[in-house]
Amino acid sequence: MTEDDIIVRLKENVIQGRKNQDEEGIDEKLSGTPGVVELTRLALEKKTSLEEIINTLTAGMRVVGEKYSSKEYFIPDMLASAEAVGEAMEILKPLLEAANVETKGKFAIATVAGDIHDIGKNIVAILLKGAGYEVHDLGSDVATEKIIDFVKKESPDYLGLSALLTTTMTEMGAVIEALKDSGLRDKVKVLIGGAAVSDEYAQEIGADAYCMDGFQAIKELDSF
Amino acid sequence: MSREGILVPNPYERITDEQVQQIHRASLQILMDPGLICFSKKAAEIFKSNGAEVTTISSADNPCWRIKIPEKLVIEALDSAPKTVKLGARNPDNALIMKGDEPRVYFISGSETNIWLDVDFPAYVKKSDSSIEIKVPEFHPRRATVADLCQSAHVCEHLETLDGYIRTVNIQDADITEDNKDVNKFFASLNNTTKHFMSGLTKLEQLDNVVRMAELIAGGKEALQENPIISFITCLVKSPLQFVEDTTDTFIEVCRRGLPTVVSSSPQAGTTAPIKEAGIMAQINAEVLAGITLGQLVNKGTPMLYGSVPVMARMDTLSDSYGSVETSQYNIDCVQMARFYKIPNYSTSGVCDTKIPGQQSSIERLFSDIVVTLSGPQYLHCAYGLLDCNAVFCLLQAVLDDAHFQMLKFFLKTPRINQQELAETMKQIREVVETPQKLYIRYIRQVMRSGEISAPYPFEGDGESDSVFTLAYQRMNELLAKPVEHIAPDTTAEIFREIPGLLPRLNVYKEGK
Repeated sequence: MTEDDIIVRLKENVIQGRKNQDEEGIDEKLSGTPGVVELTRLALEKKTSLEEIINTLTAGMRVVGEKYSSKEYFIPDMLASAEAVGEAMEILKPLLEAANVETKGKFAIATVAGDIHDIGKNIVAILLKGAGYEVHDLGSDVATEKIIDFVKKESPDYLGLSALLTTTMTEMGAVIEALKDSGLRDKVKVLIGGAAVSDEYAQEIGADAYCMDGFQAIKELDSF
Repeated sequence: MSREGILVPNPYERITDEQVQQIHRASLQILMDPGLICFSKKAAEIFKSNGAEVTTISSADNPCWRIKIPEKLVIEALDSAPKTVKLGARNPDNALIMKGDEPRVYFISGSETNIWLDVDFPAYVKKSDSSIEIKVPEFHPRRATVADLCQSAHVCEHLETLDGYIRTVNIQDADITEDNKDVNKFFASLNNTTKHFMSGLTKLEQLDNVVRMAELIAGGKEALQENPIISFITCLVKSPLQFVEDTTDTFIEVCRRGLPTVVSSSPQAGTTAPIKEAGIMAQINAEVLAGITLGQLVNKGTPMLYGSVPVMARMDTLSDSYGSVETSQYNIDCVQMARFYKIPNYSTSGVCDTKIPGQQSSIERLFSDIVVTLSGPQYLHCAYGLLDCNAVFCLLQAVLDDAHFQMLKFFLKTPRINQQELAETMKQIREVVETPQKLYIRYIRQVMRSGEISAPYPFEGDGESDSVFTLAYQRMNELLAKPVEHIAPDTTAEIFREIPGLLPRLNVYKEGK
């Protein structure tokens, strides 16, 4: 396979959402052929530049986004592609660090204390990873102290808080207050999401943005 | 090949086997006492020559007879009536094969309304804020024309869930007369759909012209018998218990020609039938059995459907209430009676009381469509587009109906639970619980594209706006823009040469078209 072939196939496999050779994607003909992970490794073996690999992954995701907007693709397709790109980014991460290339940012994400609902949070994490963010998933039912500790030690650029329940959404306000008390509030942008919350609630508790879903989270991050 | 319809697993039954037997026995008694009053001399003679008790009860200027039908004749007729009926189609793949003991449902349009409902979307500006403008559907009733019949056949051709076409409107153009109505409604419909076509007949004298037209399209007399692309619906019995002269005579002639026909009865509980369920059921069953007996006496083995259109009377107006819950109960009872006789059933649902599409229309039609479908009638006249009982047809409503029949068909799919499915999914479960995100999403994609996941409601608006009507209207126009397979040019030319009374404007190959 030539370097050009690899790049073409890499983009196609992002569009197909094929993380690795075991995945079937949409086009059955691709079954058994290398997926995004194998093609990323092959590209590195061929000494393809990191910039070109990342540009290819991004170009594939752009097509996926277009297909989603035109209702040809649905969220599971988008997630499959994002997951595949996320895996590729994991392979590239040490090389990017060695080359002093910055990621789009460090993003910590958690479902707040008292709430075990994490489907939305997990989906957002996959999408953000696929969009090139360095995602740290702190889990669900995460105590405020644990979140504050992470922000203090790891200095993420962004903090995403999720809550499904009206009884647990108040914990988001508590996290923001704790950030203020620790002198960390202006060091991290706080984005909130989940079925119970709204734009108004984000303003009420002093969050930087309310995100209806993962796609809006990416848009909000681009606007910062 | 034939259309699949939808096979209802474990059909819903309202009445017990014993109640079915009780209705059957009561109906047989009704056929002897009081029997039926018959205004058709032909029918009276047929019954008399076959051993029924026939007495003249009329004056010279109003001839009629009382017919008492012995059980033996009824049982013989039930025995000879075909248990499998095929309704053919211009496209043979669209044929409908109905077995009386198999609850495979076909969804059919109908009936024949006088009024066609147009829709447009005028804009309204908010009084308190003129920057806000909304479009609201407005419905405009008018007398239906042959062009409307063509349009509705055209759209019905493209409605995925619709299996067969009963003419939707009564054509009332200035140049349509009693003499040319039949040939034009048959041609307009057949030329715009390749699905099965069923209709009533306005004038018996036109029967042979209509049958000849069907023969030309099907490829000859024998081909038409093999692939009956047309069938007839005849309300030969007027409730309570009267053989009407003209429709009975038409019925006899259709049976003589061996073409499929529906023996239909439409009693109204409270006025033309007893208000009690037991009473209307015993009566409608007797009326249909009387018709089936006559048909089999005319031509043993002629294909027929057990046609039931029972309806409840509205207490405020004493008009039909198709939207009432009782109407669905009666229809389901009839489905069970037909299945007991193993004769395919023509049933009714989806007709609503309200005059325009909207919430009431949706609730009434969806309720009866669901419950009657679940009982497993073979030929469900579920009235795509029908409003105001049987008075109004709206093409937009027909498109809306197609969407909810897609949901109903999906709902009735056979459950896919077997060892292989369980083994595959248990593997998934074991894999997913070991992942950090614990999501099954990656397994959705293939299933999503295999048709195993139901589609969202197709006329869903964005955000909080209700765009159902505008999106359905858009869909309706898309379907109208799709071409239909018309009857071939040489056959069309032959039809126009042979069949008198056809309107030249219906010839799509005419110069200038």
